[in-house]
Amino acid sequence: LGHDIHFHDKKIALLEAGPRKDYDHLPDSYSNRVSSISPGSATLLSSCGAWDHVCSLRLKPFRRMQVWDACSEAMIVFEKDDLDDMGYIVENDVIMSALTKQLDAVADRVEVFYRSKAVGYTWPLPSHSCDTSPWVQVELADGRRLQTKLLIGADGHNSVVRKEAEIQNIEHQYDQSAVVATLHLSEATDNNVAWQRFLPTGPLALLPLSDTASSLVWSTSHDHALELLAMDEETFVDSINSAFWSNINHSEFIDTAGAMFRSAISLLKPSGTAVRQLPPSVAKVDPESRAMFPLGMGHATEYVQHRVALIGDAAHRVHPLAGQGVNLGFGDIACLAHHLSAAAFNGSDLGSLKHLLKFETERQRHNVSLIAATDVLKRLYSTTLAPLVLLRTWGLQATNALPPVKVRSHFSE
Amino acid sequence: NISVVLMTFKLSLFRFIVKRLFSTSHSSVDSKEMKKFQLLAHKWWDEEGEYAALHSMNDIRVPFIRDTLLSMSSNYHLGNPLSGIKILDVGCGGGLLSEPLGRLGASVTGIDPVEDNIRTADRHKSFDPVLAKRIQYKSSSLEEIVEESMETFDVIVASEVVEHVADLEMFIKCCSQVLKPDGSLFITTINKTQLSYVLGIVVAEKIMGIVPEGTHEWEKFIPPEELEHLLESNGFLVKTVKGMLYNPLSGSWSWTESMSLNYAVHAVKAGAQPTDTPPETDIQQPSATAGTAG
Repeated sequence: LGHDIHFHDKKIALLEAGPRKDYDHLPDSYSNRVSSISPGSATLLSSCGAWDHVCSLRLKPFRRMQVWDACSEAMIVFEKDDLDDMGYIVENDVIMSALTKQLDAVADRVEVFYRSKAVGYTWPLPSHSCDTSPWVQVELADGRRLQTKLLIGADGHNSVVRKEAEIQNIEHQYDQSAVVATLHLSEATDNNVAWQRFLPTGPLALLPLSDTASSLVWSTSHDHALELLAMDEETFVDSINSAFWSNINHSEFIDTAGAMFRSAISLLKPSGTAVRQLPPSVAKVDPESRAMFPLGMGHATEYVQHRVALIGDAAHRVHPLAGQGVNLGFGDIACLAHHLSAAAFNGSDLGSLKHLLKFETERQRHNVSLIAATDVLKRLYSTTLAPLVLLRTWGLQATNALPPVKVRSHFSE
Repeated sequence: NISVVLMTFKLSLFRFIVKRLFSTSHSSVDSKEMKKFQLLAHKWWDEEGEYAALHSMNDIRVPFIRDTLLSMSSNYHLGNPLSGIKILDVGCGGGLLSEPLGRLGASVTGIDPVEDNIRTADRHKSFDPVLAKRIQYKSSSLEEIVEESMETFDVIVASEVVEHVADLEMFIKCCSQVLKPDGSLFITTINKTQLSYVLGIVVAEKIMGIVPEGTHEWEKFIPPEELEHLLESNGFLVKTVKGMLYNPLSGSWSWTESMSLNYAVHAVKAGAQPTDTPPETDIQQPSATAGTAG
C-alpha cells in the first residue's frame, strides 16, 4: 500500500513484534523456514519492487512437482507446459529482508514500529451520533497511542486482533507437527523438482534450495516428530531416505488394482501416464537446522468488520501439504490492496464496510474451497484402509491423466 | 412622546416590511423543505440508515465528478486528483459528498440552510485532521453567499438539491455568479415522469422506505430538457446528461441509458465573452442585470 499511487497522502503504521530483518550479506547456510512462492505471489512481490531484492539474494525456481502415495504406485506430476517456473522456494528471512528494503523506500508514508506490541484496542461505537472518536484506538506496550481508520490484523493464527474484535474462529488442531530441516543431497543435480510423498503418518516434502541442498517439511504425529528431532543425524537421514524409497505400505491388491487402472488409462489416453522420476537421496542434514511446529486448521467466520480486516493466517490456517499457506496470504493482500486503492481513489473512508465486504466475499469464496480441499486431502491420505487407498489411487491416476484439471490446480495461481 | 411613538411605529413598520420582504423574497430556499430535513439531521452518517442510498450514490457521483475534472485538466497528480480545486457543495446536508471530495484533495465549502445539518457535518469532519482543514461548512442559503463569493469557485456541486428549491432559475443564476468562468456545475436530480412518481415516491418512500417519507414532492421534479433549457439560457453549456438507476436489492447505483428516473448533469459556465459578440448577447445583458438586482 505504501507504494500505491492513490495512497500518496495517507499514513500507514506497521506494528512488528520482531526485530528489523535486513541482510547485508547472506549467511552461508540456509534457514530452515522456507516457503513455496507461487507465480501469482511473485507478481505481487514484484509489483512493490520486493521481488528484485529476493532475486538478488537467493531463491530456487522449480519446474515440476511430483506427488505420490506411499501405499500404491499412484503418482501425479504437476508441471507447466511451456517449461515456465511453477513456483519458487524462498527462505522466509530472504522475503523479510526484501520487504524491509522496500518499506525503507516509502518510509515517509509507512512507519514501522519494530519490537512493538499492542496491548489494548478500543473499538469505535456503532452509533454515529456520539462524540467519541469514530476511529480505532490502539495502545502500545510502551504507552504510545495510535488511532486509525482501518486496523488490519496480520498477526498469525493466534490473532489477538481477531480475538479482541470478537470474530469467531473455526479451528481444529491436527494431531500432527511438521519437522523442518535443511538437507544436503548425495549428489549435485538440477534439483528443479519439488517432491512430496504421502505416508500414512503424513506427507513428506523435499523442496529444492540449490543444486545440492533441499529443505525438508515432514508432517507427522507429534510423537514421531519428537523422535525425529531427538535422533542423531545419521539415523535422521536414513529415516528420510527410507520414507521416500520404501514400499512397505504397498499391498498386492492395491498394486494390481492400480496397474489395471493405469493400463486402462493408457488405452484411452496414451500420453496420460507421466514418466516417474526418482527423488534424490539425502546425504546429510545441517546441524542445528532441525525444528518442529504444531499443525492445525483454522478459518475465521468473518474477515472484516467496521474498520477491521483480517488477512493471512489470522483469517485462515491451512496444512502445509499443499504448500499454499503463504500464497493464500499473499492473495489476501493483493485483493485487499486492490479494494483499498479503489476506495482511496473514490475518496471513501478506508474503514468503511462497503469495500471491506467486497474483499471478504472475494477471498472467502477462493479460500474456503482450497482450505476444505486441503483438509479432505489430509484426511484421505492419513489412512491405510484399502478402500480409501484404492479411491485415492484411482483418483490420483485419473487426475494425472487429465491435463486441464491438473494445471488448473492452485499451483498455477 | 409623539415622536417616540412615531419612531417605534416606524421601526415596527420597518421590521414588518423587512419581515414580509424576506418571507416572500425570491429565495431559493423553501422553508417547508427545511423542516423535513431538520427532523433527520442526526441520521446522516448511519451508512445503513435512512440515508443509505445517498451514501452508496457516492460510488458513482464521486468518480463522475473526479473523472470529469481530471479529463478537463492537464496537470494532475493521481494521488491527489482534486488538489487545488475549490468546490462549493450546495445543500451539503451532513457532508456525505463533501468528505470524499475533500479526501481527494479539493478545498470544499459546504453550505446548507438547515443548521442542524451543518452541526452534524462539522462534528463528523472534526475527527479527521486532514478533512477538518480542507472542508468548511456554513449554515446558509446560496443567495446569502453570492455577494462575498463572486466568481470564487472552480466547481459547484448540487446533488439531490434542485428538486427541493423554490425558485430554480434564481438558483441557477446564483450558481453562475459564484462560479469562475469555465467553471463546472454538477447536478444530480430526479426526472418528472409517471415512472418517477410510481417508483420514486410511491415505492421508494411509502413502500420500501429507501427514502424517508415525504422527502420528495413530485411537482418539484424537473425533466432534463427543462433543466438543460434553464442552464443554457443562463450562461451554461450543458456537456453531459446521464441517467442513474438505483437497485434496491443490491443497494447500489449504476449509470443507465434511460433518464426517466434519476439523472446527472455536467454543465460548464461560458468563459469570458469574445470580442465579436453576436447580436443575441446584447439582448441577454438586461436580463442578467435584472437577475442580480432581484
